[in-house]
Amino acid sequence: MAAPQLPELPGLAAGYGALLRRDLQLAWRQRGQAVNPLIFFVMVTALVPLAVGPEPALLTRLAPGMVWIMALLGTLLAADALFHEDFVDGALEHLVLSPQPLWLLVLAKVTAHWLVIGLPITLLSPLLGLMLALPDAGFVPLLAGLALGTLVFSLLGAVGGALTVALGGRSVLLSLLVLPLYVPVLIFGTSAVTQAVAGGGSGGPLALLGAIAALALAVAPFAAAAALRAGIDG
Amino acid sequence: MARRWQWFHRLGSPPGFYRASGYWLPWLAVAAALLLGVGLVWGLVYAPPDARQGNSFRIIYIHVPVSFLALAGYYVMAVAGAVHLIWRMKLADMVMTAAAPLGAALTFVALFSGAVWGKPTWGTYWVWDARITSMLVLLFLYLGVVALRQGFSNQEAAGRACAVLALVGTVNIPIIYKSVDWWYSLHQPATIRLTAAPSMHPDMFKPLLVMILGLYVFYALVLILNTRAEILARERRTGWVRELAMGRNQD
Repeated sequence: MAAPQLPELPGLAAGYGALLRRDLQLAWRQRGQAVNPLIFFVMVTALVPLAVGPEPALLTRLAPGMVWIMALLGTLLAADALFHEDFVDGALEHLVLSPQPLWLLVLAKVTAHWLVIGLPITLLSPLLGLMLALPDAGFVPLLAGLALGTLVFSLLGAVGGALTVALGGRSVLLSLLVLPLYVPVLIFGTSAVTQAVAGGGSGGPLALLGAIAALALAVAPFAAAAALRAGIDG
Repeated sequence: MARRWQWFHRLGSPPGFYRASGYWLPWLAVAAALLLGVGLVWGLVYAPPDARQGNSFRIIYIHVPVSFLALAGYYVMAVAGAVHLIWRMKLADMVMTAAAPLGAALTFVALFSGAVWGKPTWGTYWVWDARITSMLVLLFLYLGVVALRQGFSNQEAAGRACAVLALVGTVNIPIIYKSVDWWYSLHQPATIRLTAAPSMHPDMFKPLLVMILGLYVFYALVLILNTRAEILARERRTGWVRELAMGRNQD
């Protein structure tokens, strides 16, 4: 007996590309919304000197930690919207039901999220380093560390966003779930900068950040996919 | 084959577990009371005082066993979550629900007893020591699971979501511990030194062993009690719970 003829399905690359394009297009059409976390990032950093005083020596000491914490909060704010808008308009259920594997679609959404939030925050960070009197040696490790670190933030944020996608009081709950998981990234990210500023190499922490990013890239999409299947039943 | 697994299926169903655990409870309660009683009196009264810390070291008999269980409890929760996620076993989800607040409470007691111990030893309640910081992060992980469970109105989905979160946390715990260790060795202040000598005197160590064992039994007891309460709460509309409540249950 001949197998029933199935319609030709698009491959993995086509599915990934289509969702990535759609998310980037959506972000472009709602530019204002995508820019808000960046404004938050700059604004809160500007509050630091107002709170602790403008002495450059003090700011230099605080700069790596402050820039990293602000970057963390900026991406966290945006992680809430990662799945929720699609959940509200019903698109998320179609993604879950689609013949493409869900982890791949999650990966596409995370890629778009990183390009829209993580990458701009990384590129903005030297400006904040400048405002907080970060020494010259710290800029390259800050950029490299944030590029990797915001990717991990987006990946773990996707797990948290998927778990809480249908719940009330979402954004606070999301931070409760995800913040403890951000601890290693924060530690390695800030120490890459402080070690470079102190005159040592920053290769070690950056390599560890890269390892964490690789692990998160391998595991988080599957976890977020499982979380989405549970989460949409809220 | 069928007979060999019958006990497992009977135990794995909520009413079966409820009935079977009813027989274990008295034994566990007696064992826990005995072990904890002996360990506490032995440790707090008869063990010799520490050469440097005097009597304040005796808090170790609470602090160390509780910290053990706080960590082990996370793995109990995560394994139960994995079992629920893979085999959709209702009982595993109930165990996980019971283990989360219990683990959070133990972690809090570990942190609290550590702070009380820190005051006479280091002169301060709180230091950013690697182990203390990791325990704090562990407390946050537990609280996340508890909070997520409460956020859901659909029990079934809540179980799967919490299981995913617990498993993600399990992958993260070694990384968190290593990173906090590393962070501490970077910032280590010179004045504070943990006085845990590499080898403890056997007179001090034996009561500690009894306490650790006793707390494991106590943990099992409380976990089973919590699970039984969870079973009753979730199955309150079923016939066997109604029979139980009406007092017509003969076995």
